Amino acid sequence: MSQLEAELSQLKESIIDMMKLATKQLQKAHLAIQNLDGELSQEVIHRENRMNAMELSIDRDCENMFALWNPVATDLRFVLAMLKINSELERIGDHAVGLAKYVLANQEPFNMELTKKIELDKMFEVAVEMTEDVTIGFKENDTNKVRKVFKKDLILNDILKNSSDIIGEYVGNNPGFSRQSLFLFSALRKLERVGDLTKNIAEQTIFYLEAEVVRHKVGEK
Amino acid sequence: MEVSQENNKKIKLQASNIDVFYSHFKALKNINLSMYENSVTAFIGPSGCGKSTFLRLFNRMNDYVDGFSMNGDILIDGKNIYDNKLIIEDLRKEIGMVFQKPNPFPKSIFDNIAYGLKIQGIKDKAFIEERVITSLKQVALFDEVKDDLNKSALALSGGQQQRVCIARTLAVEPSVILMDEPTSALDPIATAKIEELVYDLKENYTIVMVTHNMQQASRVSDYTAFFYMGEMIEVGKTKNIFTKPEHERTENYITGRFG
Repeated sequence: MSQLEAELSQLKESIIDMMKLATKQLQKAHLAIQNLDGELSQEVIHRENRMNAMELSIDRDCENMFALWNPVATDLRFVLAMLKINSELERIGDHAVGLAKYVLANQEPFNMELTKKIELDKMFEVAVEMTEDVTIGFKENDTNKVRKVFKKDLILNDILKNSSDIIGEYVGNNPGFSRQSLFLFSALRKLERVGDLTKNIAEQTIFYLEAEVVRHKVGEK
Repeated sequence: MEVSQENNKKIKLQASNIDVFYSHFKALKNINLSMYENSVTAFIGPSGCGKSTFLRLFNRMNDYVDGFSMNGDILIDGKNIYDNKLIIEDLRKEIGMVFQKPNPFPKSIFDNIAYGLKIQGIKDKAFIEERVITSLKQVALFDEVKDDLNKSALALSGGQQQRVCIARTLAVEPSVILMDEPTSALDPIATAKIEELVYDLKENYTIVMVTHNMQQASRVSDYTAFFYMGEMIEVGKTKNIFTKPEHERTENYITGRFG
């Protein structure tokens, strides 16, 4: 392996590590909300530092790649994609922390009936599946696996869309739960954003592997 | 493969079905390429791929190489440059060449640049002086040497010598400039000046350049052709070649994975 290939492969490994960490952060945030587990929630918040450090380090690696290796063609697309994927992962990490913080802000357990109705667990599960799919596809250079996330993202969009009526109705009938309902609605929105960010990662992966720009294309991904 | 006609540029040079032989060795295999007016076309490829041989066809420099023979046509403005009736001196006036190593004559700066005009028989001193000054200004050398025009060109730095050679080429008012690795013997600052110059010159000239420097090809050229073992593997807009080449061999070469 040439020195250039070694550097590129190291960069890829760092991104895979960060993808795995982002997925873990989401899973832990989910568990923390399910169990109203303040300690786990603190752990997610604490791990955010690691996420941020990784982002800085990958940024620096990309900058060095540009400066020292003048990458072109597939290498150029790769480094450009890593730069963007890096910042999307950092934002997924931010959302995981935002979700974990609801546990600390909320004094009583989330209302089971409502969380079930708005499909909060499913939302978490699909979001986590998406980050896992994109990690595997990215690792194996398999754009078919990466493309799985586009369909799953639609599930997240639908759940969010349906939730506003459900929550609206619930708050109308149970005014005492309005604060918690707002938390839950906001949690769904965060997860929907995680879906969008994961989709962006998928698009960047396809861009670097296939030299195809799939951003902002509707219905032909 | 041809560069598509998406631009409105006129084809200045056209090579069709070019084969070149050095005795029994086939150095170029069926090359077809159009080069457009007021643009820079770069030829890249590993040593021995045929790119310099191809470049030298355009001012018939291979004619004197032992065992050289060729098939195909090369047209400049639609006229065949291998026409028997063509006078080679006239062709060389139309198509100038700059070489890898600066090769000024052991003469003054002025005489170097006036040389081409004098061998054409031009005697009008005012005209010659005007051409010398204009050419030196075109290569951005005039301010540096205006008080030393009678000094030997060999006393200049490498980068300045190369610019004298380009000025010497420009003085006879060609329409095409061929450059064979014009900066490979120069330091980065002199290289940057030549590259800037190429960028300015293409407004008025058609430039064809052989370079081993990938970044140079990507910085200065509008079109890039990749040669490998006598074949032209791929040609296209430079920005496409360096972001999304169509052929794996091209990609391997420009990303340094060749071999």
